[in-house]
Amino acid sequence: MSGKIFYAAAGMGAKVRAPALVAKDGFSARYDLDRIKGVFSRPQHKLAGESYVGRVLVLDAAKGGVATAWMLYEMKSRGVMPAALVLNAVNPIMAQGAALADFTMISGFDEDVTRAIPDGALVEVDPTAERASIRIITAETKG
Amino acid sequence: MRLTGEEEAMRAGAFGPAVQWAIDHQIRVGRYLGAEDFVPVSQVHIMADTESLGVAGVEWLENWARLPAEHRRVRVPTITDPRGTDFAAAHRLKHQPWMLDLERRAIAAFEALGILMTDTCINYQTIMPPVRGEHVAYGDTGVVIYSNSVCGARSNFEGGPSALSAGLTGRTPRYGYHLDERRRATLLVQLAATPRDLADWGALGGIVGRLAGDYWQVPALVGLDRVPGSDEMKHFGAALASYGSVALFHMVGITPEAQRLEDVIPDGHVRTHDVGEADIRAFQRAYAQEIETVDLVVFSAPQLSLVEMRQLADMLDGRRAGIPLLAVTSPQVKPDADRMGITRRIEAAGGTVLSGMCFYQSYAREMAEQNGWQRLATNSAKLTNIIGGYGYRPALMSMAACVDAACAGGRIGARTET
Repeated sequence: MSGKIFYAAAGMGAKVRAPALVAKDGFSARYDLDRIKGVFSRPQHKLAGESYVGRVLVLDAAKGGVATAWMLYEMKSRGVMPAALVLNAVNPIMAQGAALADFTMISGFDEDVTRAIPDGALVEVDPTAERASIRIITAETKG
Repeated sequence: MRLTGEEEAMRAGAFGPAVQWAIDHQIRVGRYLGAEDFVPVSQVHIMADTESLGVAGVEWLENWARLPAEHRRVRVPTITDPRGTDFAAAHRLKHQPWMLDLERRAIAAFEALGILMTDTCINYQTIMPPVRGEHVAYGDTGVVIYSNSVCGARSNFEGGPSALSAGLTGRTPRYGYHLDERRRATLLVQLAATPRDLADWGALGGIVGRLAGDYWQVPALVGLDRVPGSDEMKHFGAALASYGSVALFHMVGITPEAQRLEDVIPDGHVRTHDVGEADIRAFQRAYAQEIETVDLVVFSAPQLSLVEMRQLADMLDGRRAGIPLLAVTSPQVKPDADRMGITRRIEAAGGTVLSGMCFYQSYAREMAEQNGWQRLATNSAKLTNIIGGYGYRPALMSMAACVDAACAGGRIGARTET
């Protein structure tokens, strides 16, 4: 599995390498996160209680309201934020928030990346290439 | 993206650094989402509470506000979503001085940018509803979905930075719901029951939102036995947008772009779902499980219309809330509620009327910690969806059941006699 690459329809931000935090669930900074503690806080979220700081979040779809457009910038100002966001389906709010915060995000794949990428794998997200992508560096998973 | 001469000039800095940043931001977003050019907009609505902005966001706004007047003013009417507090009642919510200070700084910056501080998420009921085909740049998902679906206007979800950009440039990237082809239905929902009260409409919105799944899905509904009113559309749309990130729905024979099913499903091939009364009850029961008492009752998200305010006052007359009961409305509705004695009636029963804020946008986590609030009853499915992330356990109930719980000291299922 190491070396496997998944191409995205769109991407922005810088190339990053970090461990993946993966779930078949949505993402909204307002709905899902305790942004002070840096953990998923909505009890129903599949990553509830998990720290997202420094992780490449690999999730299904952008959810919720418009607040994330501001919140990514605010999270970055305090250094309590994910390394990157990788989504099967994006909404405009995520693109707007990533653009303001100069945050790394890619989205839109031919397969469900939340099933294809192992939780805990070391991955490289590269929005700077001609085709934005996420590549599995090492697939060892946690626990 | 194709740019006009004026847009090229904006990008080159001819209109100052704020407009230059704005058009660059819009180009980045537009490229990401496949826009080929810009479309002029006639109105803008900005979501920018300070809990979202944080200190970093307020400082960012203040940098633009310090520019010379000719370089910092929005060029189309630009209004605001609810703020993070009601200054007149902040002490009752135990909002801290630093929160109020940050709010004042944000307000001063917005005013310097020429923005109208309407502080409302029901502008389609109170300020200037958009008309069919009007291109706008609205923030707050509830505002967008109502304007797109009920009014037939054209907007994407515009977060604060992009909405501000649209105000400064007078345009927005043409993608998503500005395009005819994106406005067709992608799923059909066949209803076997028409919701009865606002909490039912919100529950239906939540169910359809979960079925839809993401921003690019457009549900069409058939089977309603009557035309929903504005408050019913408001709660349905707000919940649909919240649970599904959905920005547009059609109700066949009711909403303006779907007079006939074939108007929105021209080839007849979309996935179909059936939803009935049992689904709505199951949705509501899932939230009230294992909650026997609540610490407070909140009517908010969206802000209450004048009609909802009077309904609440009618239910509270002659009764007394034994726990906090918060009724949140807009600065446009509040003076009417005051003048007509509605505010007095709600507060005489122990309720608190708040204006210009929204519960979840007003430091909900800190309010919970300061006031010892955890279990919350509401008739807003949207609030129910959001507030769990702030540490609350919500119960979704009708307005009448919420009032009963408040007047029974928080006990759910009780009916106190008047």
